[in-house]
Amino acid sequence: MNAPTHPPAPPATPNDFAAYPDANGRFGQFGGRYVAETLMPLVLDLEAAYLATKEDAAFQAELNGLLTHYVGRPSPLYFAERLTDHFGGAKIYFKREDLNHTGAHKINNCIGQILLARRMGKTRIIAETGAGQHGVATATVCARFGLPCVVYMGAVDVARQRPNVFRMNLLGAEVTPVTSGASTLKDAMNEALRDWVTNVEDTYYLIGSAAGPHPYPMMVRDFQAVMGREIREQILEAEGRLPDAVVACVGGGSNAIGTFHPFLNDESVRIIGVEAAGDGMGTDRHAAAINGGRPGVLHGNKTYLLQDAEGQITEAHSISAGLDYPGIGPEHSWLHDVGRAQYLTCTDTEALDAFKLCAELEGIIPALESSHAIARLPDIARDVGKGGVVVMNLSGRGDKDVATVADHLGRTI
Amino acid sequence: MKSRIDARFAALKAEDRAAFVAYVMAGDPNRATALEILKGLPAAGADLIELGFPFSDPMAEGPPIQKAAQRALKDGMTLKGVLDLAAEFRQGDDTTPLIMMGYLNPLVTWGFEAFAQAAAQAGIDGLIIVDCPPEEADPLADALDAADISLIRLATPTTDDKRLPVVLRRTSGFVYYVSVTGVTGAKEADAEAVRPAVARIRAASGLPVAVGFGIRTPERAGAIAQVADAAVVGSALVDEVAEALERNEDVTARVLSKVESLAKAVRSARTAALPA
Repeated sequence: MNAPTHPPAPPATPNDFAAYPDANGRFGQFGGRYVAETLMPLVLDLEAAYLATKEDAAFQAELNGLLTHYVGRPSPLYFAERLTDHFGGAKIYFKREDLNHTGAHKINNCIGQILLARRMGKTRIIAETGAGQHGVATATVCARFGLPCVVYMGAVDVARQRPNVFRMNLLGAEVTPVTSGASTLKDAMNEALRDWVTNVEDTYYLIGSAAGPHPYPMMVRDFQAVMGREIREQILEAEGRLPDAVVACVGGGSNAIGTFHPFLNDESVRIIGVEAAGDGMGTDRHAAAINGGRPGVLHGNKTYLLQDAEGQITEAHSISAGLDYPGIGPEHSWLHDVGRAQYLTCTDTEALDAFKLCAELEGIIPALESSHAIARLPDIARDVGKGGVVVMNLSGRGDKDVATVADHLGRTI
Repeated sequence: MKSRIDARFAALKAEDRAAFVAYVMAGDPNRATALEILKGLPAAGADLIELGFPFSDPMAEGPPIQKAAQRALKDGMTLKGVLDLAAEFRQGDDTTPLIMMGYLNPLVTWGFEAFAQAAAQAGIDGLIIVDCPPEEADPLADALDAADISLIRLATPTTDDKRLPVVLRRTSGFVYYVSVTGVTGAKEADAEAVRPAVARIRAASGLPVAVGFGIRTPERAGAIAQVADAAVVGSALVDEVAEALERNEDVTARVLSKVESLAKAVRSARTAALPA
């Protein structure tokens, strides 16, 4: 018998932060598999198939080969000298995930999962997408392996991320606009789950966030942890020491957990996530699940969620489509509760300023998602102080966002 | 005390007929109409009632029930409001089983123990929680056991022999067989494909088996009633609500008239099937 997981036990500080989830897919009280019974055998099969790949040298070799030659890994760890001077504190390094094939970290996970889907004999791939980065990455690997691909995308996101919709179409994917709810990422995820429960035989659901039912949060994290492992090696080579802090933006949280996970047991490394505060935390228009929500159950897992007093999920708001989600991966909820990670916030306006600053000082146009993390760097660099080292995951490039940014600056392009 | 669910299925077994189970969304399209529909269901032929409670993100529902939930939420329906409706219904009917059906998060918000006690007081007999598989159900099952409310389990076409005992652990009342892979109201159930599944679940559980998710017409309901202990219709009923609203017709009359035709088909299914 498993111990009851409700009501939650008070968080205990574990000895090994990297040892989770447990056999039931739990990170403390968070995670689990809250799916319709029709899907239970599928998520159990997926878990077994995934665990088998970990021991399989041929799978790992194929994965590593594609990460090297197709994605372009390892991505550089870049010393952002002018931003460092500008902020006047710790040395700032960027992990350049923006330089990956398809322009963001999302491809790391897609390569891993498409190999798994093939191994499981699945012949049709579905995915959800917010900003379109995960949709593009999924469409890319589906093209590469010749599998049909359906991407669910909120109708609002389809409108604000037109270039990515076209890219997905070019790659042969069918993009299905979702008009239920607020027509954003959460609704796209509902629709993808509805597709999966309908097409149980042949379909593989390729989730892009470290969220959803177990084993997704664990599996997506593991595929994304290649970033954190590289950072570790690269910073040891560049500075001869571990960083004082690692920083990443958090929506569902896949770029953040992939960055954080290899450092969880390094006590000296501060772990900092940045949630999207939209119009501000004093308003009801934000996307900060940890800072502005409470634990609940959605999309197959228990985690912090934006919800009303009745437990109805409320809409998230962020200028960045990729952070516009009312939940967060369950491991982040747990890291927050046990105090191992700290979750800050950043408003739309602050993110826009950071976007411009990075472009002007470093010659790098960052994704609006990543700009949220950049916006908190001045405080973090000052806190850590001169002589310290901070690594931030520049999770994606901002080409997809130039129209949104121009719009906010009142410019026509 | 014998539960209302057990008593109802025992009585129907004595009559040698299947139950007709009507699903309606609490608060759809508004509280007053929903109450009127609820009160009219037993006389129209509903042997058991599934009372949907609305959730913002119903991931296993097709468009009809998604929209019904949106109408109910827009009208201000809450989980407390659903129990109030149930309690009002109970004042006039102490025998028709009331099963609440929905998603877990509103219950997490209320707290399982407190909710279960309030639901029992309101006269709720059973609970179906779509996104709470057996692996996650123990805390909820503990609270419901303490309040004498049945946790109705779902078995599906993907439930194999190995998994069936897991699904049936700690279940009571009846077992709900989801007859198709898919969301509510999207595909049609095939009675011949359903027959062996129902027999297997009945043998493994010793409980009546209700079939739902793919029944829209009296013909289909009648066919299912020949092989199962109950036929559940939901999407086709909430579609009547939507259609009545669109045409500015009497919502209650439209829904109850549909219930009558479905119930009639279920009631006559086994006698009609006998050779002349």
